[in-house]
Amino acid sequence: MKDTLALLQKFNAHPDSRCWYVAWNPKGTLLASCGGDRAIRIWGREGDSWECKTVLQDGHQRAVRKVAWSPCGNYLASASFDATTCIWKKKNDDFECLTVLEGHENEVKCAAWAPSGNLLATCSRDKSVWIWEVDEEDEYECVSVVNSHTQDAKHVVWHPTQELLASCSYDNNVCVYKEEDDDWECRATLEGHTSTVWGLTFDPSGQRLASCSDDRTVKIWKECQPGGGQGTDTAWKCVCTLSGFHGRTVYDIAWCPLTGALATACGDDGVRVFKEDETADPDQPVFSLSAHVPKAHSQDVNCIAWNPKEAGLLVSRSDNGEIAVWNYQSEV
Amino acid sequence: MSGGARLENANPLIFQRTGERLRTANDEDEDVADPIDDREIFDLIRSINDPEHPLSLEELNVVEQVRVRVDDQENTVGVGFTPTIPHCSMATLIGLSIKVKLLRSLPERFKIDVHITPGTHASEDAVNKQLADKERVAAALENSQLLEVVNQCLISNARTG
Repeated sequence: MKDTLALLQKFNAHPDSRCWYVAWNPKGTLLASCGGDRAIRIWGREGDSWECKTVLQDGHQRAVRKVAWSPCGNYLASASFDATTCIWKKKNDDFECLTVLEGHENEVKCAAWAPSGNLLATCSRDKSVWIWEVDEEDEYECVSVVNSHTQDAKHVVWHPTQELLASCSYDNNVCVYKEEDDDWECRATLEGHTSTVWGLTFDPSGQRLASCSDDRTVKIWKECQPGGGQGTDTAWKCVCTLSGFHGRTVYDIAWCPLTGALATACGDDGVRVFKEDETADPDQPVFSLSAHVPKAHSQDVNCIAWNPKEAGLLVSRSDNGEIAVWNYQSEV
Repeated sequence: MSGGARLENANPLIFQRTGERLRTANDEDEDVADPIDDREIFDLIRSINDPEHPLSLEELNVVEQVRVRVDDQENTVGVGFTPTIPHCSMATLIGLSIKVKLLRSLPERFKIDVHITPGTHASEDAVNKQLADKERVAAALENSQLLEVVNQCLISNARTG
């Protein structure tokens, strides 16, 4: 295995509290992090190190679980345990709170923007997924509330190009949603994991979905056309399961839009990168472990994200508030 | 918690407390590293108060040293606890108290698993899943009322020290 995952830098982002999530902006120049201290921090690169540019406080009354950048890079959505989602707008080097979206009954676990920038999805421990529409005047309106999960919804992710949404849950399933007659509905339920599904990511083309779970496996799903293929419910099949690689819960997974490499964040403190075998049958993909750093952090790794513009640049986040920046090199 | 309502388990069996730990010469030696062992974990959790009775988890046999598994090298701690009755509704709260006590007392490097002794509770899978979900645990501990109840269980009594 000649592939390497080298540590470039490590810094402490949220002192004295847990760091839940980190996200690159669409240009790949800034990192937004959020955590148990209820704040969001924006980090920018200064030469070889990362400096905190802004701290967004007073937006939430409880921990901030996830942050998401809009496709244009001018807005941030933050999902919090206080049951609200805050929308922040960029003003010069600072961000100001534009609006607060209320409605979920309890902790909001995730917020995600559709590739068009006009839709936002949020999900919560109240088991529902909400879809919001935003117009040119920055007004947000909830257009659908979907209750397909029987337990907490943990994460939502949009297809890279189409208006297709996927969510995963404490009920061990993944749901895929499409819009039909102005209403969003669950079109497919992907069963197979034997415990909570924590993270989801689409591959660069959007044809496949990867999920990671508390059952210590990663599953790859592919959409297949049922016989006759007449615009009815689509079917997704599990085409690959990666098991035996992770020692504990896999909390996050990210598919690199530039290289196709798959990175995972695990509760055994390790960061792993998987590479796909080019020669395998597309309906039966084969992934192998390309790089592994066993003690990437001294505590659970919660989040992992590939830089959208710079190939091989990877960032990971841990329970002890640390952010680590890595360079992944692969021998093609 | 108990107010004027009927207790779930009005007549629990009470067990005898284990004596104090015998100190060996190595324990006193500053140069010998003290690995964390089963007894040390047990000493941390034995005097957690039961939410219903003025008794400790050790006295109710909810926790026993034999159900504690520590691996200092691998940084793992596993604690099995046994609710006094199979439909005990306090099971999640007791499990959470044990987990919180260990999270607050042990070095950060440890992975802590708290679960119900297999076969002793009607909803053990559901309770175990909740205790293992750190997001749920974190959100629950942000609830000030629940945190207060947990802290009450963790107050140490003068007699158990």
